[in-house]
Amino acid sequence: MVTTPDTTVVEEPRPAGPEGEVLLEVSGLRKHFPVTRGAVVKRQVGAVKAVDGVDFTVRAGRTLGLVGESGCGKTTTGRMITRLLEPTDGRIVFEGRDITHVSQGTMRPLRRDIQMIFQDPYSSLNPRKTVGSIVGAPFRLQNVATEAGVKKAVQDLLDVVGLNPEHYNRYPHEFSGGQRQRIGIARTLALRPKLIVADEPVSALDVSIQAQVVNLLEDLQDEFHLTYVVIAHDLSVVRHISDQVGVMYLGKMVELGDNESLYDGPMHPYTVALLSAVPVPDPSVRGGRERIRLQGDVPSPLNPPPACRFHTRCWKAQEVCGQVEPPMVELKPGHQVACHFPENAPPDAESRVAKAAGIA
Amino acid sequence: MTAPIEVSGSEAEAQPEAVLAGMGGKVEGRSLGQIAWMRLRRDKVAMSGGALVILLILMAIFAPLLTSWFGHPTGEFHQDMIDPNLQRPLHGPWHSGISGKFLLGVEPTNGRDIFSRIVYGARISLLIAFLATLLSVVIGSTLGIVAGYFGGWVDTVIARAMDVFLAFPLLLFAIALAGVVQGKVFGLSGNGLRIGLLIFIIGFFNWAYIGRIIRGQTLSLREREFVDAARSMGARAPYILFRELLPNLVAPILVYSTLLIPTNILFEAALSYLGVGVNEPTPTWGGMLAQAVPIYSVDPWFMIVPGVAIFITVLAFNLFGDGLRDALDPRAR
Repeated sequence: MVTTPDTTVVEEPRPAGPEGEVLLEVSGLRKHFPVTRGAVVKRQVGAVKAVDGVDFTVRAGRTLGLVGESGCGKTTTGRMITRLLEPTDGRIVFEGRDITHVSQGTMRPLRRDIQMIFQDPYSSLNPRKTVGSIVGAPFRLQNVATEAGVKKAVQDLLDVVGLNPEHYNRYPHEFSGGQRQRIGIARTLALRPKLIVADEPVSALDVSIQAQVVNLLEDLQDEFHLTYVVIAHDLSVVRHISDQVGVMYLGKMVELGDNESLYDGPMHPYTVALLSAVPVPDPSVRGGRERIRLQGDVPSPLNPPPACRFHTRCWKAQEVCGQVEPPMVELKPGHQVACHFPENAPPDAESRVAKAAGIA
Repeated sequence: MTAPIEVSGSEAEAQPEAVLAGMGGKVEGRSLGQIAWMRLRRDKVAMSGGALVILLILMAIFAPLLTSWFGHPTGEFHQDMIDPNLQRPLHGPWHSGISGKFLLGVEPTNGRDIFSRIVYGARISLLIAFLATLLSVVIGSTLGIVAGYFGGWVDTVIARAMDVFLAFPLLLFAIALAGVVQGKVFGLSGNGLRIGLLIFIIGFFNWAYIGRIIRGQTLSLREREFVDAARSMGARAPYILFRELLPNLVAPILVYSTLLIPTNILFEAALSYLGVGVNEPTPTWGGMLAQAVPIYSVDPWFMIVPGVAIFITVLAFNLFGDGLRDALDPRAR
């Protein structure tokens, strides 16, 4: 592809406003996948409510971690932010601009600012292309001119992610999983994005390599002033990398709080159960803690339980949980939870939740 | 797949440069195509098939040269070589007419040089087979990739069209069309028109097979994350279809083409045999077979030669195609 004259020279890291300014704001985000029946005339018989009302904000230079079981809608949320999926409802505001339903044409220049790291480094790199053409593709696609040519820019990027720039002409199959993920990260960085959505960036890698990639992501954040939305199911990875953590269950955000507050004092019973399942390497500490085993499976998102979606598996559930949906209430500064009977909460928590739910 | 560079242990991974620097100065990567070629070179059967294919192509290209060196013009009658009573050649083993001057003998009745007619017949066979395959592959892969990538009603329409084309009674249609299209069409007439018509019939009605294969492959490829990666970088549909997906479909397209060519050679021979192919006096293998059938009891040799020519050509392409498939996709073995 030939670069046209009206291109912009890629400038050095473009800091996304002052640190702490809201970069991404998501409110009421929903994605319902229709379930249809019938061969010719298709009629909708239901919907898989993959994401059903999620709110959060991400500040520039910070990292939000999204955790939850498989199928809770984390990945769908990430793909809606990058507009690989069209949201059913809700709003996505990036840098003060509503991008929820902008056309693909309008979205194209914005894609420079929002990039994605993919889960599987074996499927996210085109096996027929050289590393040079994979990492260089964003420059060509976005018509971004580079000071010393695409090749030099690509080699710089490979150097940044810790790969040998001489490997420009190699093919993905010649690299290990960790190296492939680095190639994917180099491609993501090519356009100097402001926001990176990392969808399970390390879950396909060896444990020994996970730490290196996580550290690389953190180094890059400092170097390029990046803002991350990290999707993961590994709680320790999320704890390591995040400033803020959101816990999702069956398409809903059940708890959202600052990293330390959430890990030290989880309020939602689901979060408590998740954290109790994290293996503890030290046997002397292990003895004192109680492991919570959740009963049953995650209910079908086709027909989720009414009100609080967790009440079918919750050991604290009472009648109200199946009748009134608990709203997100900020019970501690920077720590919101959606539960009628939160744990580790201040004494007046239950009455505050009841008031917010309008049943007090 | 060949084994990726083994980088074991966290320390090695931490310094990939150091590890890879230890692999010698060679940092030029080997593409999957180069690896497939190395694998193909080791396959002796496929390589001999490939060599035979190249020989046949050269034979067709240099037909005038070969006939001027070793034969006689295709239209030249040698009635003096023919037994006027039995209509079969007078000389040679089994009354084939084989001699130093006529390498593969002479035709019964007319006494034309069989060698020259076989060499020239290769031109028609290969020309029609190649161009018809090209037409099928272009239509089939374009529609297959579009159907597979876009899905929805586009896929429904194209997939139904494929079903229609697959159910089409091609042979009957070819016979009917060849009878109807006469005179001058699109500035073509005579044998030019015939060849064009055969290419169109064989090529246009065979795209559905490759279309289905490509559609299926595209369906699985489009779920790969590199397609999402391209979209998230702002790639438009044509870029994804032809720059990201098509390179991954080269292997099935290539393999299917080499396996479609012999089928098309057979089909062309069948049409010529049935008299709806290229007309006399232009030599074709199928036409020669048709002429040989009524007198095979007197002169079986005349039937054996074009039959063997078709057999060898089809076998060569099939062996090469099978080897190519093994080389390009070793897991499918």
